[in-house]
Amino acid sequence: MTAAAPEPKANMGQPVPRYDARSKVTGRATYGSDMPLANPAYAFLVTSAIAKGRIDNFDLDDARAVRGVIDIVTHENAPKLKESKLFSNGGYAGTTIQPLKSPDIAHDGQIIAVVIAESYEAAREAANRVKVGYTIATPSATFDSPGTTTAAAKGQNSQFKEDPKVGDFAKAFEGAEIQLTASYDTPTQHHNPMELFSTSCAWIGDDLVIYEPSQYVHGLKNGVAEQLGIDADKVRVVNPYVGGGFGSRGSMTPRTAIIAGIARRLNRPIKLVPTRDQGFTITTHRAETRHEIKLGARRDGKLVALRHEGAEVSSRPDAYCVGGTKTTTRLYACPNVDSLVSIVRADRNTPGFMRSPPEVPYLFALESAMDELAVKLNMDPVELRRINDTTTEPIGGKPYTSRSLMACFDEAGKAFGWAQRSRQPKSMAEGDWLIGYGCAATCYPTQMGPAAARVRLQRDGRTRVEIAGHEIGTGAYTVIAQTAAERLGVPLERVAVFIGDSDLPPAPVAGGSNSTASTCSAVMMVCDQIRQRLFKAVMPSDSLTEKAKETVGISQAPSTQAAKSDRPLDIEKAFDALGVGVVEEYGEWKPEGAPLDSFRAMHSGHVRLVGGHQMKDKIAYAFGAEFVEVRVNRFTHEIRCPRLVGAFAAGRIMNPRTARSQLMGGLIWGMSSALLEATEIDERSARYVNDNLADYLVPVNADVPGVEVILLSEQDDHINPAGAKGLGELANVGTNAAICNALYHATGQRIRKLPVRLENIEV
Amino acid sequence: MRSFLYQRATDPDMAVQALSADAAANNPLTQATAQPLAGGTTLIDLMKLDVMRPAAIVDINPLAGGWSAIEPGGENLRLGALAKMSDVAAHDEIQRNYPVIANSLKLAASAQLRNMATLGGNVMQRTRCSYFRDVSYENCNKRNPGSGCAAMDGVNRMHAVLGVSDQCIATYPGDFAQALIALDATVEITGKSGSRSMPFSELHKAPGNSPDIETTLQPGELISVFVVTGRWPRSVYLKARDRQSYEFALSSAAIALDVRDGTIRDARVALGGVATVPWRAREAEALLKGQKFDDGLAQRAADAAFADARGRRHNSFKIALGKRVMARALQQAVTMEI
Repeated sequence: MTAAAPEPKANMGQPVPRYDARSKVTGRATYGSDMPLANPAYAFLVTSAIAKGRIDNFDLDDARAVRGVIDIVTHENAPKLKESKLFSNGGYAGTTIQPLKSPDIAHDGQIIAVVIAESYEAAREAANRVKVGYTIATPSATFDSPGTTTAAAKGQNSQFKEDPKVGDFAKAFEGAEIQLTASYDTPTQHHNPMELFSTSCAWIGDDLVIYEPSQYVHGLKNGVAEQLGIDADKVRVVNPYVGGGFGSRGSMTPRTAIIAGIARRLNRPIKLVPTRDQGFTITTHRAETRHEIKLGARRDGKLVALRHEGAEVSSRPDAYCVGGTKTTTRLYACPNVDSLVSIVRADRNTPGFMRSPPEVPYLFALESAMDELAVKLNMDPVELRRINDTTTEPIGGKPYTSRSLMACFDEAGKAFGWAQRSRQPKSMAEGDWLIGYGCAATCYPTQMGPAAARVRLQRDGRTRVEIAGHEIGTGAYTVIAQTAAERLGVPLERVAVFIGDSDLPPAPVAGGSNSTASTCSAVMMVCDQIRQRLFKAVMPSDSLTEKAKETVGISQAPSTQAAKSDRPLDIEKAFDALGVGVVEEYGEWKPEGAPLDSFRAMHSGHVRLVGGHQMKDKIAYAFGAEFVEVRVNRFTHEIRCPRLVGAFAAGRIMNPRTARSQLMGGLIWGMSSALLEATEIDERSARYVNDNLADYLVPVNADVPGVEVILLSEQDDHINPAGAKGLGELANVGTNAAICNALYHATGQRIRKLPVRLENIEV
Repeated sequence: MRSFLYQRATDPDMAVQALSADAAANNPLTQATAQPLAGGTTLIDLMKLDVMRPAAIVDINPLAGGWSAIEPGGENLRLGALAKMSDVAAHDEIQRNYPVIANSLKLAASAQLRNMATLGGNVMQRTRCSYFRDVSYENCNKRNPGSGCAAMDGVNRMHAVLGVSDQCIATYPGDFAQALIALDATVEITGKSGSRSMPFSELHKAPGNSPDIETTLQPGELISVFVVTGRWPRSVYLKARDRQSYEFALSSAAIALDVRDGTIRDARVALGGVATVPWRAREAEALLKGQKFDDGLAQRAADAAFADARGRRHNSFKIALGKRVMARALQQAVTMEI
């Protein structure tokens, strides 16, 4: 065992190497734009240089003169496409702003033309030569810009049904011994996955194949079919590997149907590879948010009142919001809670899911405020969390299925050396550097969605697992292979996994950290169907069949437990008894509490995630605690973060290696979202300014010299058959607050606005 | 990127000839239709972004044989314009006798870029102003003379506070140039009418009323060698930036001192990240010379260096930051063991 492959504790799988490690490091893994196409034409996008207004005219002469140009598609000659509803509103799309439909411009960098040429270079050169005449209207950029409108999220966003509240907040806050009111801001951010937002479309007769990095192949397939007005069975989306997603590829962007439509008209495959800066405006982003937190507490630290008000920026037509109050109002014991989420409409593209969409901004506010309260109380911030820890959430009084928050604080605190912290701000230093320690809680809802799988077992143990899951770098291939191997009792190397193809049985969007729980639960169920068939063959007597069902049936217990208590199955004997060469099973699994239309929705590319606070008699979250050391240079005010330590508990850990890797990436993301990442907006023009990876800063290796991940053993039998809680979006939550809490400790200065830059430090 | 003619110059004359082809057109160097290609780490970027649209590229890498020498041995230090940043930064004698050079190079860009980029190209690199680098913004006096400056009242956190004009506040982004300024280097230039040399401090031009003219080089001229007189073991480069590596300076200071018996006999101060050109703080140098060093003197020198600084909406912090960085660099230079 190494740091990269931690020793499994109780209720953890083996840290086997990644199923796809070799193909990735040797460059054999094929991503969307790597897929060979027969005689493709190349597309390059032209995007708007204004955020609001209309196109008066195009001058295309110069562009058409470039050798190799085939066509230039604008709103005047674009293929007609049907509209799709917003993803979070029962549709497939990440925005309802449909480009190339009219001369109107609704946001910066909107697609206004597509150049098609014989080569990428010719298409790009011609795109550079397209001249556009605009009538410019004054756009509203963001909060406080003239012309924005604000309204409560409730009533305009179908996913945001209720502002959580309980008790009498106003009275309790009024009478609280200690009161805290503070406001917090988080910036616009962009996902910037390594793989660009490419799309290749090839028609074979009436059938369309799309190669595109997607986090939801069944959603994209159905969405594109809807826009093109064709049967969904005519569309296939293929992406065996996806170069990162982080939410940016969960919903359909307008580009795909546009490229498909042009390819149909041209009767030729088309490959589109947009640039990095175009990726900032042709997909979604994390919207900037504002928060006001009010906390009322007793002198002993017990919370008596909590109010969280959040505001988020969205586009003119779409009421997108993340509404993280659903989590922050339920994290700690508190009898009087109030909340309100508002949406501010501006001339921007519609924001969308970005890694832990609600929790990153909303827990920044709450976990910063908890630290401020601890300071007011002169109390250790860890102890303040312990005092307010709870086994039931305060809004509906439902029990957490499991909650290891304080165990995480204790483990991470020990590894970090929290006890060595001197309480006073500005009391620790080394050379030119002021040192600060800070911590924060993290949590993320445990979510699952309906999923189907097909498993084929051969007499020699070779196994083929098919499920339209997604390998976005998380380790999906690996944990699915491990699940099948364990459940069928075959060697891991005999298992072949096929994912990332909409011709395979549908799985949910790879979002909301549901994938492992959903896909592995489905694969377990189908493997059990195979076991049952084999058992029945070798033990035809009814009583024995019942016994077999007890041990290997559709168990709610984690798979290793079931596997251990099972008697070993003699596959060859069973095949002989059955008299077949191959056993194949297909099955559809849905989580407890899934809606009645779950399977219908699953096949039409609609997501039906359940879990988190939406479960009937319980609430399911994964938890963690993060400790950070920051250093502030007393001369330059540069801020560095030499150590990040996190401890996490997320039910069954399928593979400690891939889990650690995700959590480590999460900690780095979290640090980045506090100190580096922000999309700058030119307020006059409502345009992005730093839309590239030189100016939009992400950490380099030198920024993260010390990252430690501790996996806690946790068993939860109340969530899903796999017993797994999602952890892909767990570690990047709360880190931002931990950093600001540490900065307070280092400097005595409380910073409530992200990202923190050196000019924000006054020492 | 637009189609271009690729030429390969195998000797300096050929390079000069190819690059002077359109000298008659009277274009400023940045707009010349033929551009030299060395490491390519700036030029190719700007061509992809459609900011630079040369009709011809003259690859001068074949000249490396004669133009990439690193010669620290004699009275003068000679550095060939085609020497790679990484080779110079790693050179023992440079590290020992010219730490300001070694560190300014080591703290720039990334390992990959330093392996590609040349010294000559490095000093010629163009601003990172986002509005300059994005052609969809019309207002850029550097790109479209007379069109205005979008950065002036836009997002200008990274922009300059020294040497600015009403036409342009774009920051000179490099690090190495500050070291050359601090060491009062000379630059040798090869052109149509043979070679000439001039103080490095005369190479870059502040924006004034013509931000599109960035240097005093003419089309057809190439930097061949940088020359530094004497040895400067008591020299430092201090750089403040948003992340630990691979990031441009928010503020930097290149300091070279001659201290004897506690008295500053000579002081050279150059500032980066805060100015439109590699910036020499002569007022500060005058204050320092002949004085015994203390923190108060460093503070006064820093105040003098930034006396004419002009901040705008997002970059005003650079004035206070620049002073602290400069004062700290002076302290480091005075106290360093040599």
